[in-house]
Amino acid sequence: MDTVIELSGVVAVLGQFPALAGVDLTVQRGEIVLLQGPNGAGKTSLLRVCAGLMPIERGTGHVLGIDLATNREAIRSRVGLLGHANGLYLDLTVMQNLQFWASTVASTASEVSSAMATMRIDGRLSGIKASQLSAGQRRRCALASLIVRRAEIWLLDEPHAGLDAAGRDELDALLRSAVGSGATVVLASHERDRALGLATRTVTIDGGGAA
Amino acid sequence: MSSTAINKRRIAVAVARKDLTIEWNSRILVNQVAPFAAIVMVLFAFALDNDGILERVAPGLVWLATLFSMLVVIQRSFTVESADGALDALRVAGVDMGAIFVGKAIALMVQLFVLELMLVATAVVLYGVEMTMAGFCEAIVTLVVATVGLGSVGTLYGGLAAGARGRETLLPLLLLPAVAPVLIGATRATEAAFGSGGTTVSEGWPWIGLLLVFAVLFCAVGTVAFGPLIDE
Repeated sequence: MDTVIELSGVVAVLGQFPALAGVDLTVQRGEIVLLQGPNGAGKTSLLRVCAGLMPIERGTGHVLGIDLATNREAIRSRVGLLGHANGLYLDLTVMQNLQFWASTVASTASEVSSAMATMRIDGRLSGIKASQLSAGQRRRCALASLIVRRAEIWLLDEPHAGLDAAGRDELDALLRSAVGSGATVVLASHERDRALGLATRTVTIDGGGAA
Repeated sequence: MSSTAINKRRIAVAVARKDLTIEWNSRILVNQVAPFAAIVMVLFAFALDNDGILERVAPGLVWLATLFSMLVVIQRSFTVESADGALDALRVAGVDMGAIFVGKAIALMVQLFVLELMLVATAVVLYGVEMTMAGFCEAIVTLVVATVGLGSVGTLYGGLAAGARGRETLLPLLLLPAVAPVLIGATRATEAAFGSGGTTVSEGWPWIGLLLVFAVLFCAVGTVAFGPLIDE
């Protein structure tokens, strides 16, 4: 299998606080990796390091073969980080949101159609403004934008938050479908039982280090 | 043209089109900002309605109404970015921030230009302004050049204030002093175009030159500074 994330002894600092204290992590393409641990353990920081948003102070790290220490900005366009917000324009329709993201990376109309099909966004839903969508529908739209952006690694911070039971089931099915289409998923979730059923592997983060 | 320049141009066009589509979908400019600007002009007319003062001060009133309305448009432009973390998502995705600045500034300029045309028309009707053809042409050039300056500096300060606490009050405090030179230049040039107080059309062109300098300066500074300011 192809290694897409490889961290060794990574230390990252948030202000004066050591957010990650020597993390080792390897993720293969096509995996769904669950990061679990208590609040403040460093899960979100680890996702942000993998997204190229936080610099590493010590250790070595490569994401999609790109060195985190020397070229982390280059990683940003190849991974998708989704937190509590969905990154949507609420006054645009679903289709307009996806077309906007497509135009930022020169994706084709067929790629937009394919992303909508993967995320089960039909013609009716595509014409609705994002402000009128349910939480689950917004999540689907946000995940579709990751496909349109051709994000190779999906870094999801509490993806189940704000969704009802049906929405969570649907999200899990969509993530499995996306992985089947070539994506790799790393997610942090407090929904332990649910995420365990989804993940192909679990990594426990505690005190800023992976156990 | 290099692939980097093509990418930046594509992103700028996408952002401008997106902002204008949002306006088209929500009609905030038409339904809220334009009526607000018109009310400001009418209130000026009530406050200053004696002895032909209105005709003399009409250029300044047009640009004051433009500035007040611009604050609303800029707030709106960045509220749509922060409502669901869209600007953060663009930043996280590594989308070129200079191109985003250009796109947002172009969309703001288009909206401001439409608003200014409406305000000039209102001044003609309400304040009894009369223009020659040469004055009309000078007024259009003034609107275009001043709008480029206002759109650039407005986008820069809008982005700066967007992430700050109390941004609604911070934006006017930051922006109004910065646009004072544009207000002065645009008012003088418009006075010449309107022929207010016996001025001639030719007296306006040096002020337009000054506006052009500000427009170029604000565009350049905004393109370079927008990304680091948003990152902060």
